[in-house]
Amino acid sequence: MQQKVETGYFGPYGGRYVPETLIHALEELEEAYERYRDDPEFVEELDGLSRDFVGRPTPLMFAGRLTEKWGGANVWFKREDLAHTGAHKINNTLGQILLADRMGKQRIIAETGAGQHGVATATVAALYGKACVVYMGEEDTRRQKLNVVRMKLLGAEVVPVLSGSRTLKDAVNEAIRDWVTNVEDTHYIIGSVVGPAPYPRIVRDLQTVIGREIEVQARERFGGDPDAIVACVGAGSNAIGAFHPFIGREGVRLVGVEAAGHGLSSGEHGASLAEGKLGVLHGAKSYVLQTEAGQIREAHSISAGLDYPATGPEHAYLKDEHFAEYASVDDEEALAAFTLCSRAEGIIPALETAHAISYAEKVAKELGPGKNMIINLSGRGDKDVEVASEALGVDAREAEEVSGDG
Amino acid sequence: MTGSERGSEKLRAAFPGDRAALIPYLTGGYPTLEGAREVGEAYLAAGADVVEIGVPFSDPLADGPTIQDTTTRALANGADPDYCLELASSFADRAPVVFLVYYNVVFARGMEAFLEDAAEAGVSGLVIPDLPVVEAKEFGALAAEKGVALCPLVAPTTTDGRVEEIGRAATGFVYCVSVAGVTGAREKLPPGAVELLRRVRSRVEAPAALGFGISSTDAAVEAAAEADGVIVGSKLMQLVAEGGPERAGRWLEEVRTALAGAVRTGTGERH
Repeated sequence: MQQKVETGYFGPYGGRYVPETLIHALEELEEAYERYRDDPEFVEELDGLSRDFVGRPTPLMFAGRLTEKWGGANVWFKREDLAHTGAHKINNTLGQILLADRMGKQRIIAETGAGQHGVATATVAALYGKACVVYMGEEDTRRQKLNVVRMKLLGAEVVPVLSGSRTLKDAVNEAIRDWVTNVEDTHYIIGSVVGPAPYPRIVRDLQTVIGREIEVQARERFGGDPDAIVACVGAGSNAIGAFHPFIGREGVRLVGVEAAGHGLSSGEHGASLAEGKLGVLHGAKSYVLQTEAGQIREAHSISAGLDYPATGPEHAYLKDEHFAEYASVDDEEALAAFTLCSRAEGIIPALETAHAISYAEKVAKELGPGKNMIINLSGRGDKDVEVASEALGVDAREAEEVSGDG
Repeated sequence: MTGSERGSEKLRAAFPGDRAALIPYLTGGYPTLEGAREVGEAYLAAGADVVEIGVPFSDPLADGPTIQDTTTRALANGADPDYCLELASSFADRAPVVFLVYYNVVFARGMEAFLEDAAEAGVSGLVIPDLPVVEAKEFGALAAEKGVALCPLVAPTTTDGRVEEIGRAATGFVYCVSVAGVTGAREKLPPGAVELLRRVRSRVEAPAALGFGISSTDAAVEAAAEADGVIVGSKLMQLVAEGGPERAGRWLEEVRTALAGAVRTGTGERH
């Protein structure tokens, strides 16, 4: 696969569209990454913590009841929800804190949507004794209260962002403004495969541990490559991590699932690969949800983590080159899959992940029995119980009453 | 005269040389569509050498709270690029106009179309805060062809080598960012600003204008000792919010008077 790594582009996508103040910091980061990525001490530290702190490798689990229910391909879960902090996000933050530490940066900043990346950043900042500030749209601080508390317990300062749509894109703006101001002593741990080069590549490399483990585990469990890998795509880090070793490999379908929100035709969704047009947001050229005049549109999804109006540049490239296919699932379908997975497999998935589960039914049926399909179970759903209970009408008080007479 | 000289020469001719040029900023469409026109008129009456118009963008990541607020209001008022082009053309016969515009707004219209429309409206130059020179090669060539000057940014974190590269790309002026940070009024001229101006002026032929946070006549005078131009934005937008275009214009006149008497120490150091 041709990638102009040295220029920070994936085909025509990517680049470094940021204020001049940050160019030096991005060059420094790139140099540090090149220096340490294969450095034995760095690799040993990262592998050791991935094992002892994160709990890697995460299991590949056969989802027997879903397999039976759907009547298609064997369904497997790559259990990133079992990684420390409850999602794949920690793979990236752990690698980046090691880099930040070697670069002598004492202060860490991050943006967060659902709060999973914020928690993962606060976690590694605590582990390395760094100051940590997390920017979170005010709207999201309400939707994801549990994660706000977790971040604060870990010692991070959580700054609610009041500008714009008060969601993830605005949190990224605010994090970039902080970074521009404090660039000397601060490292920005961006949460996905977005932002200016070299971030999309660094985050992808760090998340590729998912795909590498899948490769080994698939061989052990069913003696070969999976026939399909299905993952949700907001900005796209869990998907790119699961896909990457399999890109261009014959017989492996790579399926990314975007958030259709209230439906693609409603205009309220997060499906930038399906509905966006080429543009520049947060430092990278990619597909962006925007108006005719180039104003960025607000994304919508029931899952805060997919509520982002652009997609990582490498996904744009994979889509163009047909290395991966992309579909979308709306709020209702995601909620149905959320319930289905909880009851059929005993796993409450993140609402983000539920999008992948929903679409996976179609893929499993297309593949048919005897084939093997892996769903990247990118995160667990504890953070979503409030949103889900509201949407599904599950009332905690009723449950108390039922059990209260015992 | 080739296309590339039109914006470039008009813009460079606006730098008087014996004193620093005064470059006030206004957000297109703020406080209202008509109000922004009055702001620009007040700037011209106060002796602005160049007028900088901010084309509103939904995600202005180089801007602090003051300009973000004006941008949000302007977008709500319906200030789109067409409006800003029209606004520019109403000033352009009296002073060169530069646009401060985020790259996606340019990109969405189409690079070529945007440049052609800008040239047509009499816009002399562009400041694009999220288009560093490393990404501006294709765009720079197109801009030169269409006669619109580029005014790239230099920051305190810019290395000397890149200052030279930026200088070569600057067909208009070099926009020196006084401090690592976002736009916003600051009490004093940041300590690194003078040092940055010296680094730029000893390496770059294009005029060096200083911006980001100049909010008092004292700071403007201090900057003017080394800078070829002084850019004032957030402070003026605050004054517009508090007292309308007249208030902003009055303050700008004070700055203009102070600059006329300011001693320029840096003029002999050009290469």
